[in-house]
Amino acid sequence: MLHLGLFLIFGLVCVAGAVNLLVQRHPINSALSLVVVMGALAAEYLLLGAEFVAAVQVIVYAGAIMVLFVFVIMLLNAGEEERTRGSHVALLIGVPGLLLGVITMTWVLLKRSGTLEVSIGSLPGPPKVLGWLLFHDFLLPFEVTSILVLIAIMGAVVLASRPETPQPAPRGRAQ
Amino acid sequence: MIPLSFYLILSGILFACGVAGFLIKRNIITIFMSIELMLNGVNLSFVAFAAQWHELRGQIFVFFVMVVAAAEAAVGLAIIIAVYRTRETLNVDQVNLLKL
Repeated sequence: MLHLGLFLIFGLVCVAGAVNLLVQRHPINSALSLVVVMGALAAEYLLLGAEFVAAVQVIVYAGAIMVLFVFVIMLLNAGEEERTRGSHVALLIGVPGLLLGVITMTWVLLKRSGTLEVSIGSLPGPPKVLGWLLFHDFLLPFEVTSILVLIAIMGAVVLASRPETPQPAPRGRAQ
Repeated sequence: MIPLSFYLILSGILFACGVAGFLIKRNIITIFMSIELMLNGVNLSFVAFAAQWHELRGQIFVFFVMVVAAAEAAVGLAIIIAVYRTRETLNVDQVNLLKL
């Protein structure tokens, strides 16, 4: 009962943050509500017994990635987005379509998986076991991931670096 | 005991909010944040299924998703900076040419 209450509280915080992300006009408000969503999701991971995932969620997502977002918003001095006129056809078709999709998804999930239950803390995710899996069974994907991160770092540096000032003698580049 | 479907419904709601934000927002940074929201929704269903089937590999996949999200955020924000430098705008309606 306590677990269900905690799940509902943090789930409501999650959904409220996600809706707030859509409603807010200024990007910095959206970024801060996304931080709230990620913190509440970390609490949900704790309820599922995934302690290490929760810690990494807070450190990597709510820490590193969101700091990057906020940094870029501040750097580019992003202002409020101007309101644009939406398409009426999209509104007429999209809203009933969205409602239909949500109702169908909820019905299928409640009908097909209502009997299965997740017991809290039945599967603790200690860092020791996770590390053994990561460095033993998933060693090749882990190494491939390291190459991916390396390429991403180099790509980010190349893309974000200031373009060179035009040289007096262009090196055969087509203009 | 919480039904698995509750977790899946929460995950679906988060994913739907991400899709909606991707479609209706006009600021390119907010669109990017919506993508992160979608990835978070998928992560929640990964962890819920891992707990359901008593299989820790589901949690390993969450780490891979996080690494891909971090790499994507770094490259994507660099692209945003490059676009802003040439266009002087963050509105996606005004970024309608592939040519820089």
